[in-house]
Amino acid sequence: MKGLTTQNLSLAYDGTTIIQQLTVSIPTGQITALVGANGCGKSTLIKGLARLLKPSDGMVYLDGKSIVQQSTKSVAQQLGLLPQGPTAPEGLTVKDLVAQGRYPYQNWMQQWSDQDEKLVQQALEITNLVELSDRPLDTLSGGQRQRAWIAMALAQDTEILLLDEPTTFLDLAHQIEVLDLLHDLNQQGRTIVMVLHDLNHACRYADCLIVVKNGRIFAVGEPRSIMTEDLVQEVFNLECRIYPDPIANTPMCIPMGNKRTKN
Amino acid sequence: MKDWLMVRSPGMSFRMDRRLPAIVLALAIASFAAILLNVGHGEYAIAVGDIIKTLFGIDTGNPDHVFVIQTLRLPRTLVAFMVGVALAISGTIFQGLTRNPLADPSIIGINAGASLVAVAVIVLFPSAPVYVLPIAAFTGALLIAILIYGLAWNGGSSPILLILLGIGLSAIAGAFTSLLITFGSINEVSQALVWLAGSVYGRTWEQFFSLLPWVILFVPLAFGLTRHLNILNLGDDIATGLGSQIEWQRGLLVIVAVALAGSSVATAGNIGFVGLIAPHLGRKFIGGNHASLLPVAALLGGFLVVAADFVGKTLVAPIELPCGVITAAIGAPFFLYLLIRNRKR
Repeated sequence: MKGLTTQNLSLAYDGTTIIQQLTVSIPTGQITALVGANGCGKSTLIKGLARLLKPSDGMVYLDGKSIVQQSTKSVAQQLGLLPQGPTAPEGLTVKDLVAQGRYPYQNWMQQWSDQDEKLVQQALEITNLVELSDRPLDTLSGGQRQRAWIAMALAQDTEILLLDEPTTFLDLAHQIEVLDLLHDLNQQGRTIVMVLHDLNHACRYADCLIVVKNGRIFAVGEPRSIMTEDLVQEVFNLECRIYPDPIANTPMCIPMGNKRTKN
Repeated sequence: MKDWLMVRSPGMSFRMDRRLPAIVLALAIASFAAILLNVGHGEYAIAVGDIIKTLFGIDTGNPDHVFVIQTLRLPRTLVAFMVGVALAISGTIFQGLTRNPLADPSIIGINAGASLVAVAVIVLFPSAPVYVLPIAAFTGALLIAILIYGLAWNGGSSPILLILLGIGLSAIAGAFTSLLITFGSINEVSQALVWLAGSVYGRTWEQFFSLLPWVILFVPLAFGLTRHLNILNLGDDIATGLGSQIEWQRGLLVIVAVALAGSSVATAGNIGFVGLIAPHLGRKFIGGNHASLLPVAALLGGFLVVAADFVGKTLVAPIELPCGVITAAIGAPFFLYLLIRNRKR
């Protein structure tokens, strides 16, 4: 199993440091959710893990080796990425998009091997898109489109999958559909790291939470052991109650809000 | 996978859209027909049979045919075709790289930059040989491309910003071009004006052979880069995630697009909107995968400019309209339509 770790990682945008001296190890074979308030740096962190941002200090290590010293193609064979809200070019079909996931395995002479074809077909099947594979992406619903992007990342055939808010802009049913799909992928042995906004989804689907506050790690651990009312107060500045989720028995956060007295 | 045609042998493998061979064949026939029609038409008409005979060196019994076809009309038509191919490929690359459906070398200012430096050479160094023009135009086009890259490309800037910037840069380059024309001597200026209009009028084998090396070098290079263009078309983050060396690949593609636009401007002036229309039509025929789109758009571009030249010659005959006027008459309304549709997104 390939490990993903950071050592004193700092990430900056235009000279402003967002992530400061962060050291963390992503548990292999598990689902990890990055949670935190808006602007805390969780999306920046996932970009750093995916080598989209060069560290201003420290380093990301993939399989024990510095990620920037490996060829970007070889990294792409080990680590897949789905950025936040990707937009597809006009007229591109589902199949054409998913086939792009094979790019890191191709070269000038080998542009479409048996293996490429097999994995694209597999990715379409897993994401339940075989029927839609000839449709242009712009004619699909939001949930179907997100599945197509995930299928592209699947065709990339990597042990680690990084996703930045894979459920944003989806209705609740489609959010659960995507999370269930990611859970299945994890069961097949993939390491999954994702930024999630919904704490209850994070607690239910993730094996490990990384709670980020002001560019530093506030807490790391299993949802059941770290999710407390105090943590939500500290990190989100929100008063809440935590109850066990009646379905999964994972922590469930109920915000107090202003309408608490309405009965 | 039913819609892909696959070629596999040990050591190599490719795939293409199943519709590609038929569409390419149809467009090649249409282009060939347009070329014959255009060669046949002029101050006096020549029958198709006589054109084909003359092309193959068979005597038609009319000694004028050889001169009219081989010296006057054929180079002009072939230049029109090559210019169309080059502009269409350039536009397809720019649209793919910028993820902007409005990008076209004539709209984002590339052609204006090419014109400026080429006019400067015509006016200031009238004795410069013909093959210098494409190099000059390439330099001007590259300067504009670098300016655009620096000012508008960062952080996925909006499609409209790129267009506005292009219009601004075109205006500046156009102003300097006018300035040069005002100060130039009458002989050079009249030559520059004819050329600026965007026309293949009076193009000879000399221009044909100064454009040819650029087409031979950069068209195959463009085809070789379509795999990378497809990836860059998904956006920088996805492209990086898939292991593309984005700066390097993008730089190479920009140079190809600029070289094709610049050399065609050097040969036929500013024939606008071909790079806008051809990729859009091409996407309707074959979809958004650049490996298939690029050859289809290229043939459409070639056909379009030859057809525009033909229409320009016949519309108000005996007066000839430059083919750039015809492409603009079709392209400008199409551009406005895209602009309005794009605003609503």
